[in-house]
Order: sequence, then C-alpha cells, then structure tokens
Amino acid sequence: MVDTLVFVVAALICLTGALGVVLARNPVHSALMLVMTLFGIAVQFVAQEAHFLAAVQVIVYAGAIVVLFLFVIMLLGVDRAQNLEMSFLPIQKWAALLFATGSLAIVVALIVVVGEPVTGAEAMGGALGGTDDVRLLARSLFSDYVYAFELTSLLLVIAVIGAVVLVRKPKLTDPITAGDGGAK
Amino acid sequence: MEITTGWYLVLGALLFIIGGTGLLIRRNPLVMLMCVELMLNGVNLSFVAFSRTLNDIGGQTVVFFVLVVAAAEVVVGLGLVVAILRRQPGATADDLSLLKG
Repeated sequence: MVDTLVFVVAALICLTGALGVVLARNPVHSALMLVMTLFGIAVQFVAQEAHFLAAVQVIVYAGAIVVLFLFVIMLLGVDRAQNLEMSFLPIQKWAALLFATGSLAIVVALIVVVGEPVTGAEAMGGALGGTDDVRLLARSLFSDYVYAFELTSLLLVIAVIGAVVLVRKPKLTDPITAGDGGAK
Repeated sequence: MEITTGWYLVLGALLFIIGGTGLLIRRNPLVMLMCVELMLNGVNLSFVAFSRTLNDIGGQTVVFFVLVVAAAEVVVGLGLVVAILRRQPGATADDLSLLKG
C-alpha cells in the first residue's frame, strides 16, 4: 500500500515537472521544473533500492547540471518569457504531433498486449543484494566495466577541453607583432 | 494494487515522450537541452526498473555511465550555446542553420 502511494505521488511529481519543463515560457521556470522531475526520479530510485544512484541523481543532476543551466541562463540574460506560439517550421508541428501520438500509442499497445514485460532472464552481471548496492556497483564498475570506466574519464577530459575551446574569446591579433609570430 | 515493473517502464516511456516532444516544439536551445535531460532520465528509470526485476546490478552500472555522459553532454552543449548566443544574442534553434550551406 505504501509502495503504491509512493509510486503514484512520485510519478505525478515527475510528470508535472516534465510537462512544466516543456510548457513553461520562462527558461528559469523550466530549469526549476526539471529539478522537480529529478527529485521525483530520485524517489523512484529509492523505492527500487538503488540508494546510491538516488544520491548521485540529486547531487549530480540537481546539484551540478541544473545549477549549470541556471548559471548559463543568468549569464546570457535570456530569462525573458518566450512566446510558445512563435512561428514553427512548416513540418515541425506535425512531426512533433506524430512523434507524441505515435510513441504514446506504442506504449499503450505494449501495456495492453504484453502485460508483463519482463522476460525473467538470468542475471549476468551479479545479483543485487539487499541494501548493499554501493559495494555491488563498485565491484561491477571496476571489474566488468573497467574499460568503459576508463573511457569515461577520457570523455570528461575531452568535454572539458572542448568547453574551454568553445567559450574562449578569439584573441585580438596585433597587426604589428602578428607577422613574426610564425618565425619563432 | 501492486506496483509492477510495467508501471515504472510506462513512467519512463512517458518521460521520454514528453522530453522528445519538447525537443521538437521548443526553439530555445537551453530548453531543448533540458528536454534531452528528461529523455535520459526516462531511460534511466527503465534501466533501474529492469535491474531490480532481473536482479542484476548491470542496469545500475549503465545508469552510472549515462549520468557521466549526460554531464559531458551538458558541458559541451552549454559551451556551444554560450558561444553562439554571445555572437548572435537571442538566437533560437532555427537561427543555427548556418552550416546548412
């Protein structure tokens, strides 16, 4: 009974936040609604005994990514209300409508036809063990997925360098000294 | 009423649909990036639901990687948005078709 209540409340929070992200006219409101959705997802993670991921969800997403969004919004000064009815591209509205209704129809069809979606296949990567999910996650991460983990560090380095290169202002070239720059 | 895995999958799919629709109809690049985050979170929820049901830690490990990739994506995406909006204030996604030729 409590599980059902937690799921329903958290699901309503998630969906309200998601609709708020899409429908809010002000980007700041969108970012705050995104925080609401992320907290709802974190509650769902706790309900499924993924405690570490719930903590990481709150710290990384709500604590870092949304703050980054808000920082950029304030930096650029784009926190004005924006009219949602601005001119769409000709096919844009119909593509969005087709995507929304089509994928919704697929979900409804899956609920009706399949019913129980899980295959019941055997675990490959190690069974879950109650509340000790940090130990299991670490063991999986540093044994089976260790190469992917190392590649992740490479990805983060590339992202940081890319961000620095993208945002840096182009240096003003001095016409007098620019000529002999290449000689050294 | 028992909450089965199917309910979590439906919630994840709904979040994915809302995010994808928002990605298609919004023109502010910042809001579009937020919609991508919504889609990633819907997928994350499905991974955790399968991880719980199949009793396999692999699903949670994948969610961990998705978090890292989402962080990298946001860093590069916001860098691009800052670089573009500094050059052309008030640009929307439709104004970014300069490379189309």
